[in-house]
Amino acid sequence: MRSSALPPRILVLHAGVVALLFALNFVLPEYHHAVLARVMLLSVFAMGYNILFGYTGLLSLGHAMFFAAGLYGAGLSVYHLGWSIPAGLAAGIACGAALSTAIGLLALRTTGVAFMIVTMMFAQVFYLLTFYFAEWTGGDDGIVLSQEIRRFFVGDFYLNLTDPTTRYLLALAIFAIVLFATLIAVRSSFGRVLVAIRENEDRARMLGYDTFANKLAAVVLSGTICATAGAAYALLFGYAGSTFAGVQYSILPLLWVLLGGAATTLGPFIGTLFMYYVIDITSSYTSAYLLIVGIALILLVLFFPKGILGTIRARWAGWLP
Amino acid sequence: MTPLLTTRGLTKAYDGLRAVDGVDFSLATGEIRAIIGPNGAGKTTFVSLVCGRVPPTSGTIVFDGEDITHMPAHLRVRRGIAYTFQITSVFPNLSAYDNVALPAQRTLEDGRAKTHLHAAIMSALEHTGLADRANIQAGALSYGHQRLLEVAMGLALKPRLLILDEPTQGLSDSEIDGFMGLVRDIASSATVLLIEHNMDVVMELARRITVMNAGKILAEGMPEEIRADEAVQRAYLGTENHG
Ligand SMILES: Nc1ncnc2c1ncn2[C@@H]1O[C@H](COP(=O)(O)OP(=O)(O)O)[C@@H](O)[C@H]1O
Ligand SMILES: [Mg+2]
Repeated sequence: MRSSALPPRILVLHAGVVALLFALNFVLPEYHHAVLARVMLLSVFAMGYNILFGYTGLLSLGHAMFFAAGLYGAGLSVYHLGWSIPAGLAAGIACGAALSTAIGLLALRTTGVAFMIVTMMFAQVFYLLTFYFAEWTGGDDGIVLSQEIRRFFVGDFYLNLTDPTTRYLLALAIFAIVLFATLIAVRSSFGRVLVAIRENEDRARMLGYDTFANKLAAVVLSGTICATAGAAYALLFGYAGSTFAGVQYSILPLLWVLLGGAATTLGPFIGTLFMYYVIDITSSYTSAYLLIVGIALILLVLFFPKGILGTIRARWAGWLP
Repeated sequence: MTPLLTTRGLTKAYDGLRAVDGVDFSLATGEIRAIIGPNGAGKTTFVSLVCGRVPPTSGTIVFDGEDITHMPAHLRVRRGIAYTFQITSVFPNLSAYDNVALPAQRTLEDGRAKTHLHAAIMSALEHTGLADRANIQAGALSYGHQRLLEVAMGLALKPRLLILDEPTQGLSDSEIDGFMGLVRDIASSATVLLIEHNMDVVMELARRITVMNAGKILAEGMPEEIRADEAVQRAYLGTENHG
């Protein structure tokens, strides 16, 4: 009754968001069309982060490494090894899965603040490695995937990733898949165990759950989703550089999720979209835009600690997943 | 009959304080056993050793013929040892339904139960009289109902040994009556180990009583024997009816 089948209004809401984004493809002006394609991919990154932070209650400060693992896994294999774009996507996702398994096994020996620091240090190592191997990664300048590489056939089907509409629709496809995958995951028995671990790990253990194994699964799911976003980002926009492995890309998903609403399925998208435009608009008026963004964030966290969607859920719509 | 649970020389020391001190204990299948003793006697620590929340300093624990001394807590739960906490520790932000869903889905995944999840959850909630409160957040339930929810979670684990740590603490007299009926009911399918301060409850429910004091077992026997035991009266029963 509760677990398996999705209640209609939840299905309608999520399908409605995807349908709306699809319709926007045909009406948005060029600039906003490009912004939204980017935001959809970045919000996949945020959705991955939300699995670990929002649902499992583990605060990582190193998720840039998972995004970057996907970014480089895809970018480098296409650029240096001449792999096809689909193979590059698979390589990026596989890199993220492998890295998150290794990091999970090591970092989950710690909890709380130690977990934050350990994940941050691992991400810093990853960041520095992108410079150490600058011969391949191009360091700060990064690597650019040529236009020819990004025009290709899948079977008889021609795909041109330099075309904005194609990019938008592919970003939307990945967004929709990950959105529904997280929706199903968090409503499953597994999702219920993650929330139980977040609320009281000792109690969850005394109900017979191997909390370490479940947390590891959460890290791997989270890291793999973030890597999927990174891989798609590299391939759709044709660029992979070390900025994406930097500490700001570990902080950003945390802010997006806090803003949109931790442990809500649609919060990561709303938070990413909102913050993208706040930065975009303020930076066109003043060079001190980061200050304004900072103040706006502090105000939001003070008055809406549950984020936008979290507040809506608490006050009006308790049924939101 | 071979015992369901035995401990040999079970000891837990905290910086020199022996909270549990060389306890030899044995519990037969199907029994309702009460453990009594003054505050700080080591009752909670003893059952925490049995369910694996606390690692022992020395000694062994055997459950159903298997040495579980070093087995992780979650695996003991899957072997059938369920523990309900002395301090109510339901998940306050989850509904009563989801609180019970967690143990119920566990037994289904293990294949120890074969019903559907929803049926298993509702059965545990009905058993404890909480069915009409299924959708209420556990934190918003009254204290008595939270204690019952704790028991419902224990029940949903389909335990072979259910350990209840001071389950009637803070309950009203009428709630306690309902509770005793529930425990008798549970005892038809599981062995029950009950830590309890309320002597009326103990005398009513337990077939055997173990008295602990200062980490050791002071006496053990039928309720009448324990009432008559002089050492017990000096250590514990002297003031009659605690709690
Ligand atoms: N985690 C701990 N650290 C130090 N001492 C403890 C700890 N847990 C229990 N104790 C001590 O062990 C003794 C037994 O406690 P406990 O098992 O809770 O007794 P009871 O449940 O019989 O009241 C007490 O003196 C208590 O202070
Ligand atoms: Mg106690």
